[in-house]
Amino acid sequence: MTNPSIRIRGLTKHFGQVRAVDGVDLDIADGEFFAMLGPSGSGKTTVLRMIAGFEQPTSGSIELAGTDVTGRPAYDRDVNTVFQDYALFPHMSVQDNVEYGLRVKKVAKAERHERAKDALASVHLEQYSERRPSQLSGGQRQRVALARALVNRPKVLLLDEPLGALDLKLRRAMQIELKELQREVGITFVFVTHDQEEALTLADRIAIFNDGKIEQVATPAELYEQPINPFVAGFVGTSNLLENESAKTLLGREGSFSIRPEKIHLDPADTTGLQTASGVIREVIYLGATNHYVVDLTTNATLTVARQNLHGASDQNLRHRADTVTLGWLPEHVIELTTKEN
Amino acid sequence: MNSPVMRRVLAGLAAAVLAVIYVPLILVVVNSFNTSKVFAWPPPSFTTQWWVRAWESSGAREAVWVSVRVALIATLIALVLGTMASLAVQRFTFFGKDTVSLLIILPIALPGIVTGVALKNAFVSVMGINLGFWTIVVAHATFCIVTVFNNAVARLRRLGVNLEEASMDLGAHRWTTFRLVTFPMMRSSLLAGGLLAFALSFDEIIVTTFTAGEGIQTLPIWILQNMFRPQQAPVVNVVAAVLILVSIVPIWLAQRLGGDEGVPAAH
Repeated sequence: MTNPSIRIRGLTKHFGQVRAVDGVDLDIADGEFFAMLGPSGSGKTTVLRMIAGFEQPTSGSIELAGTDVTGRPAYDRDVNTVFQDYALFPHMSVQDNVEYGLRVKKVAKAERHERAKDALASVHLEQYSERRPSQLSGGQRQRVALARALVNRPKVLLLDEPLGALDLKLRRAMQIELKELQREVGITFVFVTHDQEEALTLADRIAIFNDGKIEQVATPAELYEQPINPFVAGFVGTSNLLENESAKTLLGREGSFSIRPEKIHLDPADTTGLQTASGVIREVIYLGATNHYVVDLTTNATLTVARQNLHGASDQNLRHRADTVTLGWLPEHVIELTTKEN
Repeated sequence: MNSPVMRRVLAGLAAAVLAVIYVPLILVVVNSFNTSKVFAWPPPSFTTQWWVRAWESSGAREAVWVSVRVALIATLIALVLGTMASLAVQRFTFFGKDTVSLLIILPIALPGIVTGVALKNAFVSVMGINLGFWTIVVAHATFCIVTVFNNAVARLRRLGVNLEEASMDLGAHRWTTFRLVTFPMMRSSLLAGGLLAFALSFDEIIVTTFTAGEGIQTLPIWILQNMFRPQQAPVVNVVAAVLILVSIVPIWLAQRLGGDEGVPAAH
């Protein structure tokens, strides 16, 4: 295998007494669309800023395409960043903003003009080149920020909560646009987000951050189907966590386990091959496409069950509070988790 | 609170306060055209002869020229040093940062007479420099730097580091980043600080008294020395009227430029 686009080893960053990043190892392949997902304060943004060169690590190393860039300043790295608030230069036109990187690298005027024009065209903003950033909408500014970064043809594009400032509808549209753009230019995209849906939608692979460390790196499907520990199981999607006593009584096994709500059948017609338990519905949560039933089991555990609303939300189709029900699931859908203690 | 009576009372108070400040200034301007040498009121008639005499007074013209040069050079020094100091304090961390910041601001709060005596002693006794034009310039620069520094620090804090990071991310080194991004974003605040500095220097009298060399007079000092000479009183009055007009312009400009138009707030 050729060198990965980014290779991170033992990356650690302390801010005073706080360990923002604590021994991160990570390989990101060339051309990958990679997400760093985690709650705020989990260190994901700090890792991104260290890759960009805005922060220097306390220890550890960062390689870009096989070259160690640890300690190099931001202007001496072949990466570009799309900032959360875009950070467009307010005193320059859109055209000058996009040309900036080429201008400071002394690219000839005619060439940089041409390349900036192409970059603006690729984000459908060619007719806005003479405007000031303040005269653009949020979505347009976002696209200028993308063009300004991509015009430099970096090896890696870093995106810090790229869609965080946009409203939901625009965010969905930009997600598709980002994905198409990444496929077109073929360079490595690394983005930071706290929105799990965004990470699952966009990324080829996702690193889950928690407390300065990486919990798991996997494809979206693996993360969802095979979370390795309670944190990942709880952070990505909804999950029924069974630990200690409840695991022992319900599953007859020691350890921590997770069952996804949609993997549990409600009153299955045929229980062959299923593990079953009975209980009483405590809460019914109507979510449109699905219903969630919170079921208190006779064995003292509580399971959330998701059921698709295939037949409409009429009274006969829904179950009610205080109904007694039987739950069943396939043993292979019980995911064994590793806990930090063992 | 918001009754019409209350509003009228407040408006009256505001008008009274403004009148106390500005009526005497208007009197100075009117009296500069008064034919009476002792400023008889109401003026018996009006004349421009004092303006002509003031214009022809070599002492007054010389003093204006000294004041303008002192203010310009002191402002220039303040702009360079104030900008550099504001960048150091806002963009870098170093030992004693808060102390340095306080020490830069302090001269504006110190009584002028203390600054004046201290500087005079330092210049003459310690450094053995003869008082002259340049000692005034240096003395003025010590407090001019404060207005520039304060304006620049406020702007840099508001600006945040995002734009500078973006510039470096795009391949610009520190100096290029300063030239193309930081400085353009600071420009209006520096202009505002510089104009205030100019105005401060132009009418400074106490520190100047202690640091001016033999035979060098700034305009305020010339006024002070001439205002009690009956022959000169009308001319002094004209010079005062000119000073009022000259002071208003930079302050008005500084106020207009001090706004943060077009500067995004840092997050």
